Amino acid sequence: MSTTTFVLKGGTLVDGSVRDVLIEGGVITTIDKSIANNQATIIDVTDSIVLPGLVDLHTHLRQPGREDAETVASASRAGAKGGFTALSAMANTSPVADNAGVVEQVYRLGQEAGLLDVFPIGAVTEGLKGETLSEIGAMADSIARVRVFSDDGMCVFDPLVMRRALEYIKKFDGVIAQHAQEPRLTIGSQMNEGEISARLGLRGWPAIAEEAIIARDVLLTDHVQSRLHICHVTTAGGVEIIRWAKARGINVTAEVTPHHLLLTDDLASSYDPIFKVNPPLRTEKDVHALREALADGTIDIVATDHAPHTMESKECEWQEASFGMLGLETALSIVHKTMVETGLLTWEGVAERMSLAPTRIAGYKEQGQHIAVGSVANVTIINPHKKWIVDRDLVQSRSRNTPFHGFELPGVVTHTFFKGKLTLDNGINV
Amino acid sequence: MRHLLSISDLNKSDAIVILDTATELARVSDGQVKKLPTLRGRTIVNLFAEDSTRTRISFEAAAKRLSADVINFSAKGSSISKGESLKDTAMTLQAMGADAVVIRHSASGAPQRLADSQWMTGSVINAGDGTHEHPSQALLDAFTIRKHLGKGGPDLAGLKVAIVGDVLHSRVARSNVLLLNLLGAHVTLVAPPTLLPVGVESWPAKVSYDLDEVISQVDAVMMLRVQQERMNDLFFPNAREYSRYFGLNSQRLAMMQPHAIIMHPGPMNRGLEIAAEVADSARSVIVEQVANGVSIRMAILYVLLAGAPLEAGSN
Amino acid sequence: MSIALSASDISRALTRISHEIVEKNQGAENITLLGIPTRGAHLAIRIAQTISTIETREIQAGMLDITMHRDDLRMRPLRAIMSTTIPSVGIEGRDVVLIDDVLYSGRTIRAALDALGELGRPRSVQLAVLVDRGHRELPIRADFVGKNLPTSSNQSVRVHLVEIDGTDEVLIEGEG
Repeated sequence: MSTTTFVLKGGTLVDGSVRDVLIEGGVITTIDKSIANNQATIIDVTDSIVLPGLVDLHTHLRQPGREDAETVASASRAGAKGGFTALSAMANTSPVADNAGVVEQVYRLGQEAGLLDVFPIGAVTEGLKGETLSEIGAMADSIARVRVFSDDGMCVFDPLVMRRALEYIKKFDGVIAQHAQEPRLTIGSQMNEGEISARLGLRGWPAIAEEAIIARDVLLTDHVQSRLHICHVTTAGGVEIIRWAKARGINVTAEVTPHHLLLTDDLASSYDPIFKVNPPLRTEKDVHALREALADGTIDIVATDHAPHTMESKECEWQEASFGMLGLETALSIVHKTMVETGLLTWEGVAERMSLAPTRIAGYKEQGQHIAVGSVANVTIINPHKKWIVDRDLVQSRSRNTPFHGFELPGVVTHTFFKGKLTLDNGINV
Repeated sequence: MRHLLSISDLNKSDAIVILDTATELARVSDGQVKKLPTLRGRTIVNLFAEDSTRTRISFEAAAKRLSADVINFSAKGSSISKGESLKDTAMTLQAMGADAVVIRHSASGAPQRLADSQWMTGSVINAGDGTHEHPSQALLDAFTIRKHLGKGGPDLAGLKVAIVGDVLHSRVARSNVLLLNLLGAHVTLVAPPTLLPVGVESWPAKVSYDLDEVISQVDAVMMLRVQQERMNDLFFPNAREYSRYFGLNSQRLAMMQPHAIIMHPGPMNRGLEIAAEVADSARSVIVEQVANGVSIRMAILYVLLAGAPLEAGSN
Repeated sequence: MSIALSASDISRALTRISHEIVEKNQGAENITLLGIPTRGAHLAIRIAQTISTIETREIQAGMLDITMHRDDLRMRPLRAIMSTTIPSVGIEGRDVVLIDDVLYSGRTIRAALDALGELGRPRSVQLAVLVDRGHRELPIRADFVGKNLPTSSNQSVRVHLVEIDGTDEVLIEGEG
C-alpha cells in the first residue's frame, strides 16, 4: 500500500463529471475516466464529491496560552476531520500574535503537527488594545509571511487607527479582517437585542453595533483605496451595506460562519451558554439574508470562527460564560444542510466559498486550487448521501463546546489529503 | 409543576390555586405565627447569591411555618462569593439532600440553569434572577391586588394596572406583565423610552411615555425602583427630571381614582420614584405587600413540594 | 356495587346523631360543630339545622380544613386546600364535635385534632361520622356513628350528598 500514490476511484467532481483522480508525490497528476495504477492505493469514492481541500480564514487555535482548551495539534486534527487543509490562526492568543516571534512560533507548531497548513493572522494593534499598530511589517516579512491582520475578538474601533492600518498594509497587499462591533453600543451585551433578549432579561446586542462599523470601514477602505475583509457578518443590514459597497467597487470581502447560517437567537431561551457566541446568533430573517448573500456572492466565504472553550467556561451562568463555539468538524455539513440541500449553492459554489475564495483573499500559496492536473493535492472527499449525528464526546478538538450536539447532519467527510498525504482515512484521523 | 422559574411556567388555574391557597393560609393564621407540619422533614435551601434580606427572610419564614428545615446559603462569606461555580454549589446542595432550592442570583437564567442541569434533582424556585423574572413577587402583587380590587372572581379580569419606571432592568415588571395578563388584567407600562427594552412591543402590555395620561385611568399603580447606577448611565438627564415626569407625587395621587391602590416592590427611593407622603398615604399597600409575601411563598412551597413527586423531567 | 344507605337511612341517621349530641352534651349551649371538608362540612350544616330545630335556637356549623396536617401528602397528587371557618362562638373552652362522612384509618381525624390544636384549646373534642367502616390504624373511635359498615380493605365506600352529588346515598364498591 503506497502512502504517496493514490487513485480516487469513481468520485464526482464539482462540475458533475465522474472521474478517477491520481495523486502522486503531492500533486494531482492524472484525471481520467478510468485510471489503472498497480503501485497506488485505491480508494473507492463512488457517489462522493471530490472537493479542493477546505481553507478556513478564521480559527482560534488557543496556542500559545490556553492549551487546556485547544492546541495547534488538536485543532489540526479537528481540521483534518472536517476536511480542512489550511487554518488561519487568529491573533488573540496569550501572548498576543502582534510580533514576528509569536506568528513564527504558531507557524512552526503547524508545520510540526503536519496535518494542514497553519497560517498565522497578525494582530492589527499591540496587545489588541486598539491604540498603536503592531509590528505589521515584521510579521509580513517573517517566515509566517502574514498577510491577514485582525484584532478579532476586539474591534479596531478608533477610526484613525483603522485608517492607518488600512493604509499601511497596502505595502504588501495585506488585508485587515475587521471584527465589526461598536464597543459603546455593546457594553455587557449578551445576545441579539430583540424580542428574545427583552423576555430573557439578557443585555441586548443591537445589529446596528455591527452595521455601523461595517459602514464606516467600507467608506474608509474606499477613501484610502485599500482592502478590507469583514469577519463573521451576522445581520441583514450588514449584508445590505456590503452589497452596496461591492456595487461601488470598494475592495471588500466578507465571511459568514456556519452557525450563523443555521442557528437563531431563540436558542438562548434555554440560558445554555453553548449558544453564547460573539457576534451573537440573530433572527430567522438575518439567517435568510446571510444564506442569500452567500449564494449571490455578496458574502464571499464561509469561515468557522472555531472557538474552543473549556467545560468550566460554559458550564455556568449565561452571563459568566465565554463567547464561542466549535466549528471545524461540522462546517462542511452545516453548509451542506443550509446551502446545498436548500438549492442555494452547488458543490462548485461550496468549493469556491470554502477553498478558492478564502485562499485568494489571504494570498495563501499551494492552497485553494481546482481539482486539476498539476494542482497541489489538497483534496477533501465528502459523501453527501450519508448522515451523521454530532457527538460532543467524539470531537477531535480538545474542547467540547459544539452547539450541534445531537444534531443529525448531512454529508460525511471521509478523506482529507494534505499535499498528497492522507490526513483523514475513511473518517478516521491518520 | 416541579419548578417555579418564570410566570410562563404557570397556567391560569395554577396561578389561581396559588392565590387561593395563600388566601386560606393568610386567613387561618390571621396575623399570628402558626406552624403547620406540612413540609416536616423536607429541606429547603435559600441560595442567595445576591443580597436581598427581605426576600430571603420572607422565604425563610414561609418555609419554617411549614416546618421545613431551612438552610441559608447566602452570598456573604459563602463559597459563591469566592468564585465557586454554580455547578459546584448545586452539587453541594444535592449532597445535602435539598428538596428545594430558593435561588436569588444576579445572572438572568441562573435558576433555569440549575433546574435544567443534571447537577441536582430538587425543585428550583426563582427568587429573582438578574433582569429576568421574580415570580413570587408578581404572585404576591396579584394577591394584594385581588384582595383590594377583586370583584369576587378568582382572577383580575378587567382591572387596569400601570407599571411605572425602569422596566428595562426590572425582573418584577417582567413577571408582573406575564401574570397580570394571565389573570385578565390590562397592563400599561409607563417609562421613558430609554428604560423600555427593544422588543417590548411583543409583550402583552400597552406602552405609554406619559404618566399623567395613564394615572387617572388605572385601578392600581406599581412603582418600580430606580437603581442608583442608572443615574450615570444616560438613561435620563438627572434624578430631578426623572422624578418630575415619572415620580408618583401628591399631585398625581390626587388624579387617581378613589379606589385605586399604590404598590412598590421595595426597597423604595423616597423622593425619587415615589414621594414620601404618597408612600405613607392611605392608598399605599406597600407594607401589606411585604406581609402578603409570606403567605404567597408558603403557597408556592406547598404547591411545589407537598404533593407526590412527579416523574423526573415533567414540569 | 351495592347501596348501603338510602336517602331516608341517611336522614334518620343524622337525626339520631343530632339527638345524641344534644343528649350527651346536656343541650347545645357549649357545643361547636366543625365539619371536615368537603362532605363532612355539609353533614355538619345538616346536623346544625336539626339541632337548631331541637333546641329552638340558632346553632352554626363551621369547617376545619386538615390538608396541611395530613401525613399522606407525599403519596398523592397535590390537593387544593379548603377553607377553615370557625363559628362566632369560637372553640376555646368549647365542646367541639368534629363531623366527617367516613371513619376508616383514623388518619384524617388525627390530622383534624392537630389542626384544631393550632386554633385553640377546646374543653373536649368529640367525633361524629355517618359511616364507620372499620380498619383503624390509630387509636381513634367515634362518639356518634350513623351506621357501622363492615367492609374489606379492598372495597371502597362512596358517600353521595345532595349538595354535591345531587343525591343522598352510601355505596359500597368492590368485592367483599
